[in-house]
Amino acid sequence: MKAFAPPVSVPPQPAHRDTPPAAARRAPRKRAGAYLPYALIAPTVVAIAAVFVWPLVKTVIMSFQDVGRRELWTGQAAEWVGFEQFTNILGDGEFWDVVWRTVLFMVACVVTTMGVGLLLAQAMQRMSTWIRLALTAALVAAWAMPLLVATSIFRWFADSDYGVVNMVLTKYLGLDFRGHNWWLDSKQGFLIIAAVVIWGAIPFVTITLYAALTQVPRELEEAAALDGAGALGVFRYVTWPVIKPVFQMVATLSVIWDFNVFGQVFLMRGNEPEPEYSLLGIYSFEKAFESNSFSQGAAIALITVLLLSGVAVYYLRQLLKIGEVE
Amino acid sequence: MSATTSTRPGRLSRPGSPARAGLRSAPRPDRKKKSRHVYNLVGLVALVVMAFPVYWLVVSALRPNHEIRSYDQTLWPSSITFDNFKRAIDQPNFGTAIQSSLIICVTAVVGAMLLSTIAAFAIGRFHFTGRKAFMITLLVIQLLPPTAMLIPIYIQLNGLGALNEYWGVIVIYLVSALPFATWMIRGFVINIPKELEESAMVDGCSRMGAFWRVIFPLLAPGLAAASIFSLINAWNEYLLAYVVLQDNDKYTLNVWLMNFTTSRGVDYGALMAASTLIALPVVVFFMLVQKKMASGLTSGAVKG
Repeated sequence: MKAFAPPVSVPPQPAHRDTPPAAARRAPRKRAGAYLPYALIAPTVVAIAAVFVWPLVKTVIMSFQDVGRRELWTGQAAEWVGFEQFTNILGDGEFWDVVWRTVLFMVACVVTTMGVGLLLAQAMQRMSTWIRLALTAALVAAWAMPLLVATSIFRWFADSDYGVVNMVLTKYLGLDFRGHNWWLDSKQGFLIIAAVVIWGAIPFVTITLYAALTQVPRELEEAAALDGAGALGVFRYVTWPVIKPVFQMVATLSVIWDFNVFGQVFLMRGNEPEPEYSLLGIYSFEKAFESNSFSQGAAIALITVLLLSGVAVYYLRQLLKIGEVE
Repeated sequence: MSATTSTRPGRLSRPGSPARAGLRSAPRPDRKKKSRHVYNLVGLVALVVMAFPVYWLVVSALRPNHEIRSYDQTLWPSSITFDNFKRAIDQPNFGTAIQSSLIICVTAVVGAMLLSTIAAFAIGRFHFTGRKAFMITLLVIQLLPPTAMLIPIYIQLNGLGALNEYWGVIVIYLVSALPFATWMIRGFVINIPKELEESAMVDGCSRMGAFWRVIFPLLAPGLAAASIFSLINAWNEYLLAYVVLQDNDKYTLNVWLMNFTTSRGVDYGALMAASTLIALPVVVFFMLVQKKMASGLTSGAVKG
């Protein structure tokens, strides 16, 4: 589970959504109460402006300045440097390595998660009830594991001396993995990190897609099967159109979450990830808090937000299209 | 719409009507049965993969230490011991960490519920200019990467003298909970019939009086669910607490746990025991609200 982002960004919807709320049909009452809603949302608006909007503005401002340790502790006005931070970052080969690593990691995680999730959800519809209930319980338990705890478990799995992964590979598969260190080669290390990310993401995806699949009218599937459609045909022409909005939304959220993977890497590498383990979030954090160049960190964070904003816009359009925001 | 406890049988187990069974393209019963076995196998494999880490967490926490530090890890512990838990609890600052976590999380959640309830009432009951913009803002904010916000928030807290203070963390947790809690409670508000409120107003209540006396009590389940979500998120947060809190006796449980992983030569027995302790309340609370979480996304979306 992610630290700030809630596991599902869309709250339960009421049952009677088909009819517009009564007030929509009625003309708004122009009375003393006209300002009441503004008064009611005012505290939330102020709080959000202070903790989300202002820091975002501040990120933009900082990335055009040079804020280092001195400016932070003495409160001295930071120097304006124009686009220098950006030209430095974009001209740095390491930054582009980090970007590609992040994109590759995100794509691998999202594709695996969505693929396995969809297959599992489909299988869940067809397996015996007791297995499905047991699997659901396991999914929920895995879902509930705090990120910190899940990362600790997988770190313990991959321990070079006593880890269960090395033991199983050596003892049961006849490979020589005794004392193998998974972290020396970052490709192998990222396998472990991807495992914990995917393991943590599958419950949400599977349970959500399963819920969507239960909405597919059984009669339609049967009719399609009777008309001679194969399993793939039924999926393509009957099931997919129904679950598509949910699938797209879950995939979009996965892209955003997996692009921002931070804790799993940070904690696996004992709070000080090596350069070859840098993903964008880690890179920005290290620039700010290890190298004390807060402006560089802010500029990288800003670039991350910009890279993701396209995905976010797509997600919002989906939400608006299905009438979530009314 | 229940995602988890639905007792609906799998599609293939549904007895086909006799008329259809004779048709050429309908799968024959023995083929159905065979594919059922395949799906059951998939389910069992997935069950093992998903459950094993949780199992290993608990088993490692209960295993004697000589078995942890052994090359031959066994599936079952030879004996069960609580030594690991004892070592975890004896780590310095366990008590203060619990205290910090509770103070921070509970204060943040209570505050967040107050603010988000009234905001949810506003967007659930009134139609005003800017309502839609406000709602979209709530959604967009949840997409912002938390690590991107960390730097400016840190600098802001530093400027306000909130570093190493509970209130700095509390404020950030509180506001972070607002967008989701407001959305969620709004879902409950629009489910409460408007007539209830109107009749209270006919009987002489003011608008807000009707809200506090009639709507608010009916919101109890929604508030419970929203506060559990917020509580879990606050309980699981580690990065901001790690950056902001500096004194050992102010660490939250997560930061306390992080400290003990970084030391050279990790004591995995104690780490697993401590992780179990931290995860336990989360799992219990999570079970309570999970169904709402799963159905939330889809119930509106499936209408397409």
